[in-house]
Amino acid sequence: MNNAFNMTGAASQTAGQIDNVFIFILSIGIFFFLVTQGALIYFVIRYKKRKGDPDRETPYITESRTLERIWIIVPSILVLAIFYYGYVVFMKVKTPIQGASEVNVVASQWLWKFRYPDGRVVVNELRVPLGKPVQLTMTSTDVIHSFYVPDYRVNQDILPGRYTYLWFTPDKTGEFVVFCNQYCGVGHSEMLAKIIVMPQADYDRWLTGAPAAGGAPLAGRGEQLVKNSGCLACHSTDGTLKVGPTLKGLYGSSVALADGSAVLADDNYMKESLYEPGAKVVKGFPNVMPTFKGVLTDDDVTAVIAYIKTLGPAGHMEPDEKAETNAGTHR
Amino acid sequence: MLADAAAVTPAYKGYLEKKGFWSWALTLDHKRIGVMYLLTTLLFFLVGGLFGLLIRLELLKPVAWVFSPQTYNELFTIHGTVLIFLFIIPAIPSGLGNFFIPILIGARDVAFPRLNIMSYWIFVFGILVILGSLAHPMDTGWTFYTPYSARTDAAVTMLSLGVFMVGMSSILTGLNFIVTVHKLRAPGMGWYRMPLFIWALYATSIIQVVATPVIGMTFLLLAAERVLGIGFFDPAKGGDPILFQHFFWFYSHPVVYVMILPAMGIITEIIPTFSKKPIFGYKAIAYSSLALAFAGFLVWGHHMFTAGMSVVADILFSVLTFSVAIPTGVKVFNWIATLYKGSISLDSPMIYALTFIFLFVIGGLTGMFLGSLATDVEVHNTYFLVAHFHYTMMGGTVMGFFAGLHYWFPKMTGRMLDERLAKVAWAIILVGFNITFFTMFIAGYRGMPRRFAEYLPMYQPENVVSSIGAVILTAGIAVMFYNFVRSLFKGDPAPANPWGGRTLEWQVASPPPEHNFDTIPTITEWPYGYGKRAGGDGKP
Repeated sequence: MNNAFNMTGAASQTAGQIDNVFIFILSIGIFFFLVTQGALIYFVIRYKKRKGDPDRETPYITESRTLERIWIIVPSILVLAIFYYGYVVFMKVKTPIQGASEVNVVASQWLWKFRYPDGRVVVNELRVPLGKPVQLTMTSTDVIHSFYVPDYRVNQDILPGRYTYLWFTPDKTGEFVVFCNQYCGVGHSEMLAKIIVMPQADYDRWLTGAPAAGGAPLAGRGEQLVKNSGCLACHSTDGTLKVGPTLKGLYGSSVALADGSAVLADDNYMKESLYEPGAKVVKGFPNVMPTFKGVLTDDDVTAVIAYIKTLGPAGHMEPDEKAETNAGTHR
Repeated sequence: MLADAAAVTPAYKGYLEKKGFWSWALTLDHKRIGVMYLLTTLLFFLVGGLFGLLIRLELLKPVAWVFSPQTYNELFTIHGTVLIFLFIIPAIPSGLGNFFIPILIGARDVAFPRLNIMSYWIFVFGILVILGSLAHPMDTGWTFYTPYSARTDAAVTMLSLGVFMVGMSSILTGLNFIVTVHKLRAPGMGWYRMPLFIWALYATSIIQVVATPVIGMTFLLLAAERVLGIGFFDPAKGGDPILFQHFFWFYSHPVVYVMILPAMGIITEIIPTFSKKPIFGYKAIAYSSLALAFAGFLVWGHHMFTAGMSVVADILFSVLTFSVAIPTGVKVFNWIATLYKGSISLDSPMIYALTFIFLFVIGGLTGMFLGSLATDVEVHNTYFLVAHFHYTMMGGTVMGFFAGLHYWFPKMTGRMLDERLAKVAWAIILVGFNITFFTMFIAGYRGMPRRFAEYLPMYQPENVVSSIGAVILTAGIAVMFYNFVRSLFKGDPAPANPWGGRTLEWQVASPPPEHNFDTIPTITEWPYGYGKRAGGDGKP
């Protein structure tokens, strides 16, 4: 997505072929556009009546079988050619690539989880090796989402209760954006991920290396985790109203819950909220947060809590105000 | 035989003679019902357009700055729902169609005048229910995809009920028109002597009667899903989320022909009138309307190439989709051929008609990218699709509707529009429209998905340009409406036949008398007998 013009951003093995279909259709489209608009403009200029002049005598032409046959047959052949070319390339995109390494994708409102064969789960970030085919096996936990990578020219809906698939072979290193392209609610446009394409050696190092860099300051690592795990799609760190409560001033505050009770926002509460988000739902907010069990380790959770502590105790907000803006996210 | 234009005195008001609320609310006159539909749909055109403007305001910046994402989602849902269900579907058939179908076929009214006024009031009550749902505005997009629409706590059930009622009105109107065209044509008006606007509306009515029950049923299932938790579409209960999409598009694809066919019918009337030439290929145009109505039922799956259908279904729907291009092309080529050696007057109805051809051709040709499997996967659900849709629906249907309004304004009101203002408005609209929507092709091609409250900063230039275009477009529409209102009171009195047309409406006074014809005319030839003939009578 670094290029201003998409056409040059083709970054997978089938993207260039789809671009060729695009150019083919564009050429035919421009041809018909010029023929029709050229004739229209020419006739209007050539046969225009001057204002105030009486009508000229016009010929009584009602049809021409030959002409009508031509403009039925020629476009028919051309659109069949377009269909066929589109079909051939589509089949290449849709055909499973032998030996592709599989990554499971779980889409939820509003984040992506990528699960690798070794069991590791990464949120909103898919790392793949350069030049190696990848198969994504995708499902959704709630509503319909869609996995759309403009640079790869692929787009596939993700359904709850069944699997859909996508295959691609990246042929450029770098970072490529993934959009959710099927409207899925208030966080739809923030449901972004990135594909990081790495040389095989770097990828192997990442795959075998420690899941997280050690030695970083705890709160700093927590901040990274909050950023990389999709938390910020729903939770602000500056008091802004979003889908979920802000993290600012959360630690140590008293939180009003949907069942009318209140709870002190301490470490245990935060861990429970990450692992079992439905256990204690904040009043005025929808119960939509997915669990991070199996995603964040206990050490990660500790780091996240350390980071939230740094966001200060001030700026307490009234959850009821939030209820208004959050209308319509969940039953 | 007919009300004579020369006999019209300044005091003559035709069907507009009677005054008072009840003379309108309970009227059985198809012309008054048509006018009420026109005023209602024009009101919602402005409302829906205003919401479009708010969308453009929000998208000036990549982050949410005027509205929250939730509010933004409600804005585009209202924009789409209002403009589709309350404007673009009913405007031409129920508005201009009601007014002109009986006159164009030489009848005094539609077949069932009481059913006609009932359809109007069902439409109004449907609107009230839809407005009631704004208490908890919809946030699903106008497509209501499940499972999202089954889960959101917006007023989906109420909105579904409102759309159900509006659909009911649409079915009854379609039924009324079919019977009217079959039974009430004037003596001598065989099928091939009907104006092509009638052919277009006849095809439209068939779609309305056949397709609309499906959306009614779908909305009932959706309501049952929400209220009773039945699980037709919920995979957790053994349902299928894609089933809803099949139902929805089984109606909503044919219905785009309900939107475009009547506009094509208007263009087909205007081009021969202002070229003073017979329409080229009458039968081909008539049959292409029926072909589009038929083929429109076979291509709904092209909205779902990325939905997870079987690949076989994808392929079949793609090839069938391209079959739609042929009858559409026939119409465009025939319109252009009609211009050849004509005596062309560029009055405001004609320039809107030519603009229709220009913009609709762009809309149609860009549809090929979405019909082709490989490229649809690339641009589906991006702004490319939004641009394509607006070129066909606003550049097509709405321009055709504007053409029709300028063409028939003198007939409906007895006043001429101000030609100079009409052309100023046209120029501003043409520029504003293309700036607004052509940039969306570029944004979409660069990968910007639709229905995004916030977007990546790389798409900001297109969005800013598009928003500037929307302001220009709005200014043009404001000038046009100013012209309508001003001319209603200050316009020059309209003669019976200001454009030299040969269809029947130009042979009655402007505005037409309450019963249209003092004596029902006898038809002796087709309505496009312009030009010098070698000999013999009209065709066929």
